[in-house]
Amino acid sequence: MAMNCNPKDEVDGGPPCAPGGAAKTRRPDNTAFKQQRLPAWQPILTAGTVLPTFFIVGLIFIPIGIGIFVTSNNIREIEGNVFMYYGLSNFYQNHRRYVKSRDDSQLNGDPSALHNPSKECEPYRRNEDLPIAPCGAIANSMFNDTLELFLVSNESDPTPKPIRLQRKGIAWWTDKHVKFRNPPGEGTLEEKFKGTTKPVNWPNPVYMLDSEEDNNGFINEDLIVWMRTAALPTFRKLYRLIERTDDLHPTLPAGQYFLNITYNYPVHSFDGRKRMILSTISWMGGKNPFLGIAYITVGSISFLLGVVLLVINHKYRNSSNTADT
Amino acid sequence: CAGEEKRVGTRTVFVGNRPLSETETYVAQRFCDNRIVSSKYTLWNFLPKNLFEQFRRIANFYFLIIFLVQVTVDTPTSPVTSGLPLFFVITVTAIKQGYEDWLRHRADNEVNKSTVYIIENAKRVKKESEKIKVGDVVEVQADETFPCDLILLSSCTTDGTCYVTTASLDGESNCKTYYAVRDTIALCTAESIDSLRAAIECEQPQPDLYKFVGRINIYSNSLEAVARSLGPENLLLKGATLKNTKKIYGVAVYTGMETKMALNYQGKSQKRSAVEKSINAFLIVYLFILLTKAAVCTTLKYIWQSTPYNDEPWYNQKTQKERETFKVLKMFTDFLSFMVLFNFIIPVSMYVTVEMQKFLGSFFISWDKDFYDEEINEGALVNTSDLNEELGQVDYVFTDKTGTLTENSMEFIECCIDGHKYRSETQEVDGLSQTDGPLTFFDKADKNREELFLRALCLCHTVETKTNDAVDGATEPAELTYVSSSPDEIALVKGAKKFGFTFLGNRNGLMRVENQRKEVEEYELLHTLNFDAVRRRMSVIVKTPGGDILLFCKGADSAVFPRVHNHEIELTKAHVERNAMDGYRTLCVAFKEIAPDDYERIDRQLIEAKMALQDREEKLEKVFDDIETNMNLIGATSVEDKLQDQAAETIEALHAAGLKVWVLTGDKMETAKSTCYACRLFQTSTELLELTTKTIEESERKEDRLHELLIEYRKKLLHEFPKSARSLKKAWTDHQEYGLIIDGSTLSLILNSSQDSRSNNYKNIFLQICMKCTAVLCCRMAPLQKAQIVRMVKNLKGSPITLSIGDGANDVSMILESHVGIGIKGKEGRQAARNSDYSVPKFKHLKKLLLAHGHLYYVRIAHLVQYFFYKNLCFILPQFLYQFFCGFSQQPLYDAAYLTMYNICFTSLPILAYSLLEQHIHIDTLTSDPRLYMKISGNAMLQLGPFLYWTFLAAFEGAVFFFGTYFLFHTASLEENGKVYGNWTFGTIVFTVLVFTVTLKPFLKQQRMYFIFAQMLSSVSTWLAVILLIFISLFPEILLIVLKNVRRRSARRNLNCRRASDSLSTRPSVRPLLLRTFSDDSNVL
Repeated sequence: MAMNCNPKDEVDGGPPCAPGGAAKTRRPDNTAFKQQRLPAWQPILTAGTVLPTFFIVGLIFIPIGIGIFVTSNNIREIEGNVFMYYGLSNFYQNHRRYVKSRDDSQLNGDPSALHNPSKECEPYRRNEDLPIAPCGAIANSMFNDTLELFLVSNESDPTPKPIRLQRKGIAWWTDKHVKFRNPPGEGTLEEKFKGTTKPVNWPNPVYMLDSEEDNNGFINEDLIVWMRTAALPTFRKLYRLIERTDDLHPTLPAGQYFLNITYNYPVHSFDGRKRMILSTISWMGGKNPFLGIAYITVGSISFLLGVVLLVINHKYRNSSNTADT
Repeated sequence: CAGEEKRVGTRTVFVGNRPLSETETYVAQRFCDNRIVSSKYTLWNFLPKNLFEQFRRIANFYFLIIFLVQVTVDTPTSPVTSGLPLFFVITVTAIKQGYEDWLRHRADNEVNKSTVYIIENAKRVKKESEKIKVGDVVEVQADETFPCDLILLSSCTTDGTCYVTTASLDGESNCKTYYAVRDTIALCTAESIDSLRAAIECEQPQPDLYKFVGRINIYSNSLEAVARSLGPENLLLKGATLKNTKKIYGVAVYTGMETKMALNYQGKSQKRSAVEKSINAFLIVYLFILLTKAAVCTTLKYIWQSTPYNDEPWYNQKTQKERETFKVLKMFTDFLSFMVLFNFIIPVSMYVTVEMQKFLGSFFISWDKDFYDEEINEGALVNTSDLNEELGQVDYVFTDKTGTLTENSMEFIECCIDGHKYRSETQEVDGLSQTDGPLTFFDKADKNREELFLRALCLCHTVETKTNDAVDGATEPAELTYVSSSPDEIALVKGAKKFGFTFLGNRNGLMRVENQRKEVEEYELLHTLNFDAVRRRMSVIVKTPGGDILLFCKGADSAVFPRVHNHEIELTKAHVERNAMDGYRTLCVAFKEIAPDDYERIDRQLIEAKMALQDREEKLEKVFDDIETNMNLIGATSVEDKLQDQAAETIEALHAAGLKVWVLTGDKMETAKSTCYACRLFQTSTELLELTTKTIEESERKEDRLHELLIEYRKKLLHEFPKSARSLKKAWTDHQEYGLIIDGSTLSLILNSSQDSRSNNYKNIFLQICMKCTAVLCCRMAPLQKAQIVRMVKNLKGSPITLSIGDGANDVSMILESHVGIGIKGKEGRQAARNSDYSVPKFKHLKKLLLAHGHLYYVRIAHLVQYFFYKNLCFILPQFLYQFFCGFSQQPLYDAAYLTMYNICFTSLPILAYSLLEQHIHIDTLTSDPRLYMKISGNAMLQLGPFLYWTFLAAFEGAVFFFGTYFLFHTASLEENGKVYGNWTFGTIVFTVLVFTVTLKPFLKQQRMYFIFAQMLSSVSTWLAVILLIFISLFPEILLIVLKNVRRRSARRNLNCRRASDSLSTRPSVRPLLLRTFSDDSNVL
């Protein structure tokens, strides 16, 4: 019987093999699922249902687009917090060789990785037989220009007044608190990094990036921001925050400003450019006309097509009516 | 198992494995043991064997190669990304196959470990079934199944017979009688059987269940061998069950994998569907796209790198090793890296999803309650889930007539004795009738002839009686029920009963018949000359109570008329032809008196032929042929075979769906023709072209006449349809319809008439004619010819998809030959259903099976396949575009986790649910409007057009995803705290939009249920962008669908108006016949 009781049958859902067996009813269950009669919601895309959708999409998208566009364009007046960015172009932070040239466990404070960085960091792994901390091409090429902003308040007082630039609060929270950690151990930060050397291009070792303890070493926010590789060859990165002091005065009042750049970072060799951007931010992020324009465009097209379809539909109905009669 | 054993020659089996005498030395022969192995794997070889089988699949092998490349070469993505999906696919398939094999193991074990009793040294020994050796004497008790193929030696009954049901082998549930040879009947105890010295010579194992030749040599004390012939009636098959007999003794002749059941189990070839061919074609296109992309990127990479500061800027220097690598080698590895990066364009999980879809989807067929039949208490059965979508692609339907189009429940209608018509009417009671059965006759024949005829009906058959009562009360004939493998015979015996002659059954070789005067006549059954499809007749030789020896013969008119004395034929012939025209099945009855001297000779010849080991069939046939001559015609019978419920409607629907229906039957032309009219295969307006022996025999040289006819018909048809066959579907409705009738002998004349090239030419002309006909009827077909026709059509240009449907053993060959084989669980046994891919209880179920299930399955699988290619192109295109912005450095856009999980969990489950539940058109609409079937014919949804449509949509959507995000990233920041996103965020946004769009996509195609997974993004503008990008990417398709629907709706409105006017002309149901009704509807298209 085994051969006849072909297992495939059972697997295929055939009724259990019971030749000449008891007259167990084999009537299939009359359930909605088995009879393929599940209640179904079927959005049928006919002119009748889609035309209103098009109009509604148009009517919703256009205001949203206008809203976004206006918000985006309003990001001009220097009120509220001001964000200072530096921008680089033609800099391939997203090159594969570059992206992978880091050791995340070293940056997370792993002692063994600190002294024996990952091979991915080559050729920025060791220098003169000492492990580099932080290793890799990304860290080695960290942006090291210094930007300072001064306000020339008025004609009466020609001495430029420096604007306070905040170095902290520019990195992702998760990066600062989870991904990046200084190596454990007793003593000063310098002692923790003992046995390592600075990246070749850096003037100072990693424990001298900042004077403040909670912004030094691997958890230095400038380093963290830099280590988050940009998606495109032209990019900007957050450099400093200019916090609003009080509600009465604008953060950056109108006037003449000086930008003092300590130029360290070479970009000419790869035909690159540097930029400095000051921007305020709205609820939807930085200035970006794209989203607003796109919404307006799509909304308009949708609306327009709604009209066109309405006309087509109307015409078809007329022509078919005349054909029938 | 002794595999080297040849299948030719004979084997000798020593009963009880004892030497024939003490003087002779017994040489043990090696036969295979009685273990059944249907499983493919063992615990040890499962892993290597299964892996080997799986990697023979191109897609799996491709991914293995990619995986190996990733392991060896420095590639952008880790080996996990392709290794894990591959591992997943391989594991799922291995689990499925392992489970199936485990089931087989379990079933095998159940059989192999079951207990059997063997007689050893006059003792009953308990053993496991697998320990049985050839030659062992086995005891089997009632309701047990036979553990191996046994030769019946003796049973508890005195006459050495036993009753067996072979329901599990061929589904025939009626009891069959098996016989022991005369000399061993008495040995019905363990002691006596042990004393038997005998050897059995029989042929080597062969799979035919109904063929067996052998000889038993019994050595009694005198050491003189008595030889008896053995035939299928002595062989108890493994798998059959002993019934109504307390116990039997038998000797094992074939064991284990050599039993007939095991031999039958093998050799079912795998059928592959056309969709799979399309998948392979698409795979090649995508492989080409993949190679192109990789080549383009490699080239551009080296162009870009020709600027030194691009190649190696100060901030991103190469290692020493990288600098020193040979350039050509580097280019090659770069090419490989790009291939690895883009390899996800080939959907790895598609095969596994397609397989799961088919497997799970097939449940809907067996679950369908419309396929449930009250009478047999069964629904549809799916034997192969690989062919679900093929049901939606059928071009040609080949159907059997008897039992498929017709009920195969026979009813005796009338008979003719010496040309006088006797009609039995069951409804009205005629007081004038002289017997207890109501009987009207128009003109009485001679009383003696009448009785002779009725006796012939009572004696010339293989019907058995079965008393329902447990107490063997042969005295109560009212309890009798007749059992036979042929429903015609039952109808005839019942018919005779109506006229007063009742068959009471066999007892000790005596057939007992109660005549009109309530007397019991006993006839000794001397020989039965069994029915076979070639002779088309059967005979019995009986000895009357008076001592005369009579031969009764019944058979098809063409088989009987040439063998009777010529006078008297005419009247009967006219009668037969008239009945055949009415759609009745007719049989002619003849008899012959055999002189005792002649009988002795005949007896000797028959026994000799039956004893023959070689060519027994041929020899028997020759003897039969000699015996059945010079007979006297007595009369003819006609039996009605009712049309199946809704057969005509089903054929109409199939016609309307653009299918060509061919009827292939073994029946005679007139009967088949009238059935065809009744089920509306032919309409009254159909002009019939006949290619039959009748039309050809008019001329002296058959071939010339055939040639003439072929040319003439072709001319006629070409004139009617000047255009190519493409426009045929439309042409049908406008032009004269043609039907073709051809019979078996003419067909063989066409197919293998002569050796020269002319026969090939005939075949071509014949095919041309066939293709232009709306309906084709092939009658007088031998089973093999049916398969021949199917093969011929299958190999036509454009390789149309064929479907065969049948219920009997004679349809098995065509069911196996065609692309899709459908078996009907009919009355002629379950052979067809067993060999089929799908089996249904009735012919009418074919309509829903094809029009609704087939259509849905095809649409589902087509969407599934297209969607898989679509979603992977969508997925990989942004990655390709990203290379232009990262210096062609093979930087992946997506994180490894996304790459790995995209195919496995993000996107494959929704489409699987969709492809199981999708109903783009409601089932009721599909069944009621057969024309919808035409829309998907010719693999329409997997042609280049739809493929390009999906590909372009995928390309558009991929581009929207990428560039939308690209422009979004031109802003300083997307968050309100001014922080900046990096490259992985870019990839995540693209991926999110992608997953949402790809998941929403089936919604556009009308969709049933869904589950949505959440993916958190923190910024408002990203969400806005996501919404926008999804909308933009789906926009063109929405637009296309709407435009299409506008047109379709207006078309449908036109159609509805016309249909409304059509429905005014009411359509009569199945009868009255010969009404052409469907053409009104088909005009609409």
